[in-house]
Amino acid sequence: MLLEVQGLTKHFGGVAAVRDVGFEVSEGTIFALIGPNGAGKTTVFNLITGILRPDSGFIHFLGKPLDGLKPHQVSAAGITRTFQNLQLFNGMTVLENVMTGAYLNGKTGFVRSLLRMPGINAEDKLISKQALTLLSEVGLESVADIPAAALPFGQQRLLEIARSLASGPRLILLDEPAAGLNSAETKTLAIFLKKLKQNGLSMVLVEHDMETVMEVADRILVLNFGEGISEGTPAEIQADPEVIRAYLGEDDQIA
Amino acid sequence: MSDQLLQLLFTGLTLGSIYSLIALALVTTFKVTGILNLAQGEFVAIGALLAISLYATGIPMFAAFILAIILVAIMGGCLERAAIHPARRASGLTLIIITLGLSISLRGLALLIWGTDTYSLPAFSQGGPLIIGGAVLNPQSFWILGLAVITLSVLYAFLGLTYAGKAVKAAVINRTAARLVGINPNTISFWAFVGSGALGAAAGIFIAPVTMSTYDMGFMLAIKGFVAAVIGGLNNIGGAVLGGLLLGVLESYSAGLISSGLKDGLAIIILLVVLMVKPHGILGLLGERKI
Amino acid sequence: MWSKSLLWPAVILLFLALPFVIDSNYYLSILIVIGLYTIIVQGLGILMGYAGQVSFGHAGFFGLGGYTVAILTTRFDWSPVFALIAAVILPGLIAAIIGRPTLKLRELYLALGTMGFGILIHTLFNEGRELTGGPSGISGIPYLSIGGLSFDSDIKFFYLVWAVVLLVLIGINNLIRSRVGRALRAISESEHAAETAGIDTGKLKLKAFIFSALLAGLAGGLYAFYITFISPSPFGFHTSVQFVLMAVVGGLGTFLGPLLGAALVVLLGELLRWVIPLVIPGAGGEYEIIFFGLILVFLMIFRPKGLGAFGKNLKPPAVKPSVAPE
Repeated sequence: MLLEVQGLTKHFGGVAAVRDVGFEVSEGTIFALIGPNGAGKTTVFNLITGILRPDSGFIHFLGKPLDGLKPHQVSAAGITRTFQNLQLFNGMTVLENVMTGAYLNGKTGFVRSLLRMPGINAEDKLISKQALTLLSEVGLESVADIPAAALPFGQQRLLEIARSLASGPRLILLDEPAAGLNSAETKTLAIFLKKLKQNGLSMVLVEHDMETVMEVADRILVLNFGEGISEGTPAEIQADPEVIRAYLGEDDQIA
Repeated sequence: MSDQLLQLLFTGLTLGSIYSLIALALVTTFKVTGILNLAQGEFVAIGALLAISLYATGIPMFAAFILAIILVAIMGGCLERAAIHPARRASGLTLIIITLGLSISLRGLALLIWGTDTYSLPAFSQGGPLIIGGAVLNPQSFWILGLAVITLSVLYAFLGLTYAGKAVKAAVINRTAARLVGINPNTISFWAFVGSGALGAAAGIFIAPVTMSTYDMGFMLAIKGFVAAVIGGLNNIGGAVLGGLLLGVLESYSAGLISSGLKDGLAIIILLVVLMVKPHGILGLLGERKI
Repeated sequence: MWSKSLLWPAVILLFLALPFVIDSNYYLSILIVIGLYTIIVQGLGILMGYAGQVSFGHAGFFGLGGYTVAILTTRFDWSPVFALIAAVILPGLIAAIIGRPTLKLRELYLALGTMGFGILIHTLFNEGRELTGGPSGISGIPYLSIGGLSFDSDIKFFYLVWAVVLLVLIGINNLIRSRVGRALRAISESEHAAETAGIDTGKLKLKAFIFSALLAGLAGGLYAFYITFISPSPFGFHTSVQFVLMAVVGGLGTFLGPLLGAALVVLLGELLRWVIPLVIPGAGGEYEIIFFGLILVFLMIFRPKGLGAFGKNLKPPAVKPSVAPE
């Protein structure tokens, strides 16, 4: 099993944001977390990536516990993520964003950088070449040299995904990758995610756009008020009356 | 020996009351505006020097005090309008540099007006020192302690009992919500600086008879105020007051029992230790009740 | 393109010819001071503009460098070169020790913590009489001599200081364009995203802090050799504020910002000293202080990103991104 989450619980000032959540993600699959706003989906991401510490529960990745790891150590272990509110490096170019995403693939340290020791240029060239390849996969190679802030919103979402892929992770956590995208962009995104899956990448997806979720996800966990209320394949989830009740009044995309 | 300890305790509490008052002004401003006012020490210095100069013109002591307090309060308000208000949306670092700039300019202004001389005031009340349990107590200490107690009571009464006070509390808790119910945070920021000016000036005047007043006295006093405020967690009024008293007593004991050269360094060391060990204040539990 | 590639060598050559044009030691000493401050502000610029951390205590590192040279050469008879090396290393070591707990602090607390550190160091210079000579300081520091070449005149020192400035500029230019430079910029843009990219932000901030302390120590050591006398007064809190001002005035996160900031602030100080007595007869240093403070205030209100807006202007440390529950 790639990722195992068991009994995950986190309180914020007495309120349980996440309570006793558990799920498993197998290698090469897309696992979706869905639920109304405030259900605790992003909190689960923050717990897995080490931004928050769980009150109790286990997170195992490739059979090893992640507890106590800092976010950068979680990345080094092979899990990267995107953010619901984009967190691009706005002052950098598109290419530099992806190159920074590939930070773990380089070795050059502070002193060697200062002195521009031999070998640095070669390393930088290699990383830049790999970054360009990645950009061409998401169709951003033509804008590689413009500042990330100048990209339209849809392309910024893609750039963030490209950046999270740059270090070659085993698992990426996508926090509402389709939010703010138009329907054409959303379709492209779904195709891209499926292609990544074919290449062997695993994903955990938090998403409100049910069409995308149902199309790409292998398994789905529904969260409501911090608790898992149902888990299964897209077809099972769509048929679960409990899920429909949780969503009633919220929105009717599922019905 | 125990006489000396008691003596040092009194000295420490007197000193600490002043730190508490400065910390009180700092923390109130910080809570209301999110600004750490590095010019607070200059309010203290200018208040003291102004009162001394006014008294020297021959007007009654009490009138000189009131006038000095009013003038420094007006100065605080003017500075808020001129320098803080235009930059109210700027980052925390920008605002801190602005108050730093104000502090530098005010110190320069004080140097211009009063020079590098030291000034002093006669004690507020006549009569020799009191002897309590073998410790000698300067009557001015009672004035200082009294000012601290009265200020604190007035502040608590204002915040707890008056409509304006409740408005301030609301603005502290949620700026947007405060605006929705018709409270303007900008107005409150203005009054916070007016209040800081008045409080700083009062603190400066009350210590003028027991310390020498100079144009640059504000710097070290402000640092002590920060230390007191940081001990209390920077946004906790009760904590700031306790922090000030604690710092005063610690300084007094270390100066009396170990070395007087240590006094100023001690505050800095306490500041660093608190920041390293418990950056959100060591009195967080004691004063959990927020205003 | 060729005109652009010739621009910088031309500027540098012109600058190197300055000592032959300027025959006044006064102007030369101003240029030396600008150079020394540039070295410090370049390090501080990396810390503030890239790693997003403020320090109000760098006069402390500057002073540590100066006192290291003064004490080792006059009291322990160290050779100047080794004393200078020690003046670089000691502040770096101290930064490494205090950096880890200090850099955990955020914004205001970090400002207060570094301020406290700077004041503490300054107090030690004043109080540690046996070692530092107290307020009267240490005199009789020898000239710096490297392999028989003694830097015993302002002209020689001018070239030495500006050679160091140039080396530091080249180093920082290398750094910023490297993997580490991208990581530093990433921290100032979004700490969470930087961590997600696998950057150990705490460690990198610490390295930037140590680097800035090393440079401040280097400048302090050179300063001691230049003035050949040292006392606590140039290393107080006011100097730390000046360094921050220089970094901000020049433009945080810009390549030439530190140089520009150091030059502007030093020249402004000299200008005020010269102009104010003409405008206000009989005026003394008080006005200088008042104007210095006022300029600081005006600048922060109207140009908080500094005057050096040319070149790549990165954003100031980002507001803490929301990682709160949805």
